[in-house]
Amino acid sequence: MTAQDAEALLEARGIVKIFGQHRALDDVSFALRAGEVHALLGENGAGKSTLIKILTGAYRPDGGEVRLQGAPVSFRDPLHAQSHGIGTVYQEVNLLPNRSVAENLFLGHQPTRWGLVRRKEIEARARNILVTYGLDIDVREELSSFSVAVQQIVAIARAVELSGKVLVLDEPTASLDRNEVDRLFDVIRSLKARGLGIIFITHFLDQVFALADRVTILRNGRKIATHALTEVNTTDVVRMMLGKDVAFDHHLTGLAGATHGAPCVRFAGLGRKGSVAPFTLDVHEGEVVGVAGLLGSGRTEMARLMFGIDLADSGQITVDGKPATIRNPAQAVAAGFGFCPEDRKLDGIFGELSVRENIIIALQAKLGWFRALNREDQIDLAGRYADALDIRAANHDMPVKLLSGGNQQKVILARWLAIDPSFLILDEPTRGIDVGAHAEIVRTINRLREEGLGLFVISSELDEVVAYSNRVVVMRDRQMVAELTGADVAPDRIVQAIAGTPVLPVSAVAEVAP
Amino acid sequence: MTRPTAQIHPAPQPPALRHRSVTAALLRPQFLALLVLLAINWLLFPGFFTTTWQDGRLFGSLIDVLNRGTPVAILAIGMTAVIATKGVDLSVGAVMAIAGATAAVMVTGGHSAVLAVAAALATGLLCGLWNGLLVTTLSIQPIIATLVLMVAGRGLAQLITEGSIVTFTDPVLIFIGTGAVAGLPTPVVVLIALTILTTLAVRRTALGLLIEAVGINRSAARFAGIKASALLLVVYAFAGLCAALAGLIVAGDIRGADANNAGLWLELDAILAVVVGGTSLLGGRFSIPMSVVGAMIIQAMNTGILISGFSPQFNLVVKSAVIILILVLQSPFAANLLQRRHLKAPPKAQEGDRA
Repeated sequence: MTAQDAEALLEARGIVKIFGQHRALDDVSFALRAGEVHALLGENGAGKSTLIKILTGAYRPDGGEVRLQGAPVSFRDPLHAQSHGIGTVYQEVNLLPNRSVAENLFLGHQPTRWGLVRRKEIEARARNILVTYGLDIDVREELSSFSVAVQQIVAIARAVELSGKVLVLDEPTASLDRNEVDRLFDVIRSLKARGLGIIFITHFLDQVFALADRVTILRNGRKIATHALTEVNTTDVVRMMLGKDVAFDHHLTGLAGATHGAPCVRFAGLGRKGSVAPFTLDVHEGEVVGVAGLLGSGRTEMARLMFGIDLADSGQITVDGKPATIRNPAQAVAAGFGFCPEDRKLDGIFGELSVRENIIIALQAKLGWFRALNREDQIDLAGRYADALDIRAANHDMPVKLLSGGNQQKVILARWLAIDPSFLILDEPTRGIDVGAHAEIVRTINRLREEGLGLFVISSELDEVVAYSNRVVVMRDRQMVAELTGADVAPDRIVQAIAGTPVLPVSAVAEVAP
Repeated sequence: MTRPTAQIHPAPQPPALRHRSVTAALLRPQFLALLVLLAINWLLFPGFFTTTWQDGRLFGSLIDVLNRGTPVAILAIGMTAVIATKGVDLSVGAVMAIAGATAAVMVTGGHSAVLAVAAALATGLLCGLWNGLLVTTLSIQPIIATLVLMVAGRGLAQLITEGSIVTFTDPVLIFIGTGAVAGLPTPVVVLIALTILTTLAVRRTALGLLIEAVGINRSAARFAGIKASALLLVVYAFAGLCAALAGLIVAGDIRGADANNAGLWLELDAILAVVVGGTSLLGGRFSIPMSVVGAMIIQAMNTGILISGFSPQFNLVVKSAVIILILVLQSPFAANLLQRRHLKAPPKAQEGDRA
């Protein structure tokens, strides 16, 4: 356990949270001081939201304790935590859009007389409160008639009114533009000056450096470090988030010099407003292009454009030298593309269908409705690819949902290999699977490359990206910001490229805002 | 056609146990339920199984059950495909009325029966396509999308018949409703043919698998390159076609088109038949023949209540009790209970069960 923080307003000590077999949090300690903005950073699955849910009473810890102003507390639920002074504001404003601003501020604790709501008093008090936030608006208007930023500030004001000691901001800037972010930051700074402790969760590193005093970094359910932001730079933070320790190895497999074949696909100026800025990329036969970047940097969006899941509004796609139209996944499959999505359960697996049917389904979709694969062909195909990828299933007629995550991932990989693809997109192929299956997937990627496939692999694990990529493209703020080749395909170079001082404001994000 | 990967040799697979699966199918709870219901009918009415041959056709209570159950069974065939895609079609009862009205007005207007039948079927197909377009292009939830035609359809049927019951004497239409082929009532023959054709159509092509895939996980289906929209359009159009066929049979049976009452509430019986047959309302795995069995279970229940002398109102109470029972059996609660029993059983048996 780390040293106790004497000044701590809200403190978590040695928190453990277990879901089933999975340790979501393992001995995590965290201390928030009064009058500071404390950023909480970590990739998906690092345990940020689990920690927040424990601090705000949504979950009970399986080990460790939470202390508020030095005294141990155990919250029954978020309401209970709120009554002890801990308020939360989420990314999506969860207030009532069709009620007035004043009603939203006082919902659930309206001042009443003889059981009737005292509207005039609510409105007067609401006006007074919002003026301290620099908002001079008609509080009788519906909440939805104001911008997201104003709604966000109303939500903050409500949380502060109700609680008043600790404010948790969960990605409050995700849907705001530059000016709105600045305005929100002014509000947060004034609350900090009033002595509140503020926990700030975001994916935007520049915002962390602009606003926060200290930062705590989580990875895989463990706390990596807490630092004052004067002690660290962006590169340090990215390195801690992505789990690359100080001593970097250079290229593990000597891929840098590896040769590859003819170009198999070319994406020229492919882009979609508000999603990914236009990018140009060639992928050759027998080449793995790795994609690195933090969560929300546009990695997945890039893959979705390539596969026709989202419609590109600019650019052309060329397959084997011929222009191709890819406006939906069916056309992508017809062009010889395959895509293993990031969310296996939601976008990949047909839980109730058998292992065999899950393997042959893409090939069947490609063949069309009437050229059905007969049972013998299905058994043969499924057997072949299950063997090649070492899919462990009691038999191939059992529902695929009974397999482990790693085996399910291999089933989806088998599904795409069965169509004999020329270009394969893998989005976080090793997320959430055990170590053994992890190594096998990495080996399979290397083998497919040697067999002449073009691969586009998104991963947050830098060691992994380096182990199989000929080239690495780096995404930041929804733009392709670097393309690393040769000796540059190394974790420290990737970290630097991800961290690089933001060249452009978050204009791409501004376009998303309604 | 596949890229060579590592050492390739076929994985050991259990042999396809075809004859065992046939006995297993006959041991399904639906068949047992049907047998129990028929036995109860026999106890209430000892002549229930007596079937006689008269005027070149079979007569008897059993034949009546088959004959009376046919419209719902035909609706259920179309409904099965829709429900397998995780949808539902509430409009089939109204489409029956539209199709019956179309055929009746055409023959009374002097057109040939063949043309009238073709027009009625085309109308049903069109209604189904309309539903499919609402569901796919406009992404309206199926229950709402088909509710539109459920409500508006009866109005359309009344517009076609101009508000009256249109009776006809056309022998071809009457034959469809009341005639006999090879000793069996025409509707029953139509049902048998439709069941076999549809089962072959979904199982000998890839349609069945693709429909199940779309119903189980629409998003994954999209990622796998399945053209879900086209598939849904076909499925709803087919449900409309089945409804038109059922509408023709009902109109032929009463020798007229009753826009107000033809097919009234039958969509609910069809949904019930599908669910009783074992297709989940959550989509996915489906069986056309089992839905037909489901329809016959409902009809056996109806007939039993009628011949037992209870008032027909009693029928509705029994039906709702059956629905509640089935929903409970399909709930996660029951699945948990079953799973706990499975876990207690030795693991070998569990694998066998799932295979």
